[in-house]
Amino acid sequence: MSQQVPVLRLGNALLVSIQVDLQDDDVLALQEELAERIVATGARGVIIDISAVDIVDSFIGRMFSSIAALSRVLDAETVVVGMRPAVAITLVELGLSLDGVRTALDLEKGRAILDRLIADRRTVRDIAQDDDEFVPIDDPAGERHQPDPSRR
Amino acid sequence: MSTSATGVDELPISSGDDVVRVRQLVRTRAQGIRLSLVDQTKLVTAASELARNTLVHGGSGTARIEVVQRAGRSGIRAVFSDEGPGIPDLDLALTAGWTSGGGLGLGLSGAKRLVDEFDIDTEVGRGTSVTVVKWSR
Amino acid sequence: MAENDGQHLLGLLLQDEQALLERWLRDAAVHLQGRASSAELERAFRDLLTALAKGVSGGGLDLDHEAYGEVRALLSELSRDRARRGFTPSETAVSVFSLKGALFDLAARAGQGTDAILVASRWVDALGLLTFDSYVRAREEVIAEQSEQLMELSTPVVKLWEGVVAVPLIGTLDSARTQIVMEKLLQTLVDTGSEHAIIDITGVPAVDTEVAQHLLKTVVAARLMGAECTISGIRPQIAQTIVALGIEFGDIPTKANLADALLHALRGSGVEVVRRRSGGGR
Repeated sequence: MSQQVPVLRLGNALLVSIQVDLQDDDVLALQEELAERIVATGARGVIIDISAVDIVDSFIGRMFSSIAALSRVLDAETVVVGMRPAVAITLVELGLSLDGVRTALDLEKGRAILDRLIADRRTVRDIAQDDDEFVPIDDPAGERHQPDPSRR
Repeated sequence: MSTSATGVDELPISSGDDVVRVRQLVRTRAQGIRLSLVDQTKLVTAASELARNTLVHGGSGTARIEVVQRAGRSGIRAVFSDEGPGIPDLDLALTAGWTSGGGLGLGLSGAKRLVDEFDIDTEVGRGTSVTVVKWSR
Repeated sequence: MAENDGQHLLGLLLQDEQALLERWLRDAAVHLQGRASSAELERAFRDLLTALAKGVSGGGLDLDHEAYGEVRALLSELSRDRARRGFTPSETAVSVFSLKGALFDLAARAGQGTDAILVASRWVDALGLLTFDSYVRAREEVIAEQSEQLMELSTPVVKLWEGVVAVPLIGTLDSARTQIVMEKLLQTLVDTGSEHAIIDITGVPAVDTEVAQHLLKTVVAARLMGAECTISGIRPQIAQTIVALGIEFGDIPTKANLADALLHALRGSGVEVVRRRSGGGR
C-alpha cells in the first residue's frame, strides 16, 4: 500500500492527488492500489491531480498510460488534471505522448469530462443509484425501488 | 552529500530514494543559476531519466552536479557514472523507443533532447558515464 | 624604472589628497553640467582615490594586479550606474580623464619632469579604457533586458471569449521568441482556465523549420494539458514551407483566419453563432 499518495472518493470516482516527489516503487504501489480500489468501490472514474507535480518523467508518464488502460479494462475512465505548462513542454520534448490518457486543465473540468464519459456508458448500478426513476421489472407490486443506503 | 570548495556535489545512486534526491539537488542548483522554469524542468527530467538508468542498468553509481561557466553564461553539468555492464550498441541505445528493459526506451534519447550538451562514454564490462549540460538562456 | 614610476605616482596621489580631489571634482563637474550631484561625485571620487592609492602601492602601474581589485570594482560600478542613467560614453569616461589635469598640476608643482607626466597620462588612459569597457558591457545588458521586455510586450495573449484566448503573432519569429510566446500562452490557459487557444500567424512573413516545430510542440503541449490549440492565418508561403520541409501538421486544426478559428473554438465549447432573422442587416 502506498503511504505517499492518498486515494480519495469523489462521488462515483476516485481522486488521486500527487503532492510529493514519487520514487519508482511508490509509483508501482499506487498503480496496484488503484486497481484494487476501483474494483472494491465500483468506481466509474479516476482523476489524477498533478497540479503540484513539477516533473513527469517517462516512468511517471507510463504510469498514467497504465492506469488509463487498467481502469478501462475495469470499465472506468481516467482523467489527468492540472498538468503545468513546463511539464507539458518537457513531455513533448521527451517524446512522450500519453496515449489513451484524457487530460483537463483543472479538477473541475476533469470532473465534467468524467461525468460526460460516464453518462455515455451507464451501468445497471448507475441506474440503480438514480433513485426513484428506476422501477425493477421483476417487482410484481410495481413499488418504487428504494435505494440501498449502504451503497452510498 | 559532499560539497567541495569548487561547488561540486556528489550523490550516490543505489536506491529509488537516491534518484529522488538527485532530482531535488539538480533542481536546487538550477534555481541557483536562475535557469528558466521550463529549462529547470527539462534538466531535472533528464537527470531523473539518467539517474534511473544508472540504478537500473548500472546496478548503482554516482551523480556529480556542478555549476559551469562559459562566455558569460552559467550552466549546470551533471555526470552520471556507473561500473555496470556498459552499453554494447550505443547507436541502438540512443534510438528513441528502443529498450533493453521494461521501459519506454526514452531514457537516453529523451534525456539527450532535453539538454544542450550530451556526451556518453561507455565500455562493455567497464561501465557507463553520461555527461549532460544545460546552459542558461 | 617601473617601480620608480609607481613611487612617483603614489607620491603625487598622496601629496595633497584634498587639493587633488577638489581639482578633479571641479574638472569633472564642468563636463557633467550638473547631471550628477556634487555630493555624489565627491563620495565616488574619494572612494576611488583611496582605492587608487592602494592599487599603486601594491601593484604599481599594472591595472591587472590584484591590488587594483577595488579600483576595478568601483569603476565598473560607476560606469554601470552611468550607463543605466543614460549618460553618454564621453560623459562617463570624462570623470576618469579629468584626473589628468589635477595630476599634471601636482607633478609640475612638485618639479617632476615630462617623464612623470607621461607615466601619469598613460596610467589615467588605461583607467579610462577600463571604464569604457565596463560602460559598454553595462549598456549591452540594458539593451538585452529591453529587448526581452519588448518581446514580452509585443506578444500579448488576449481573451476573445470566455474560455478562448488568442495570441496574434506579428513580425519575424525566431526560435527564442517563439519559445517565450508559447510558454506565455500555455500559462495563460492555466491562469484563465481556457480550453481553447488560437495562434494567429497572419502577421508572420515566414517561418523556418525550427519555428514551425515550436508551433507544433505548443499545440501538442496544450493538448497534453487538456486544451485545444488552433493555428490560423497561415500564409501561402508558410504553407509551402511546411509542406516542402516535410513537417507533419497531422491532425492539428488550422483555419484560414482568426474569425474562422474563433468560430471553431466557440463550436467546440458549445456556443452556436446565428444571424438574427429580423432586424438584421437585411
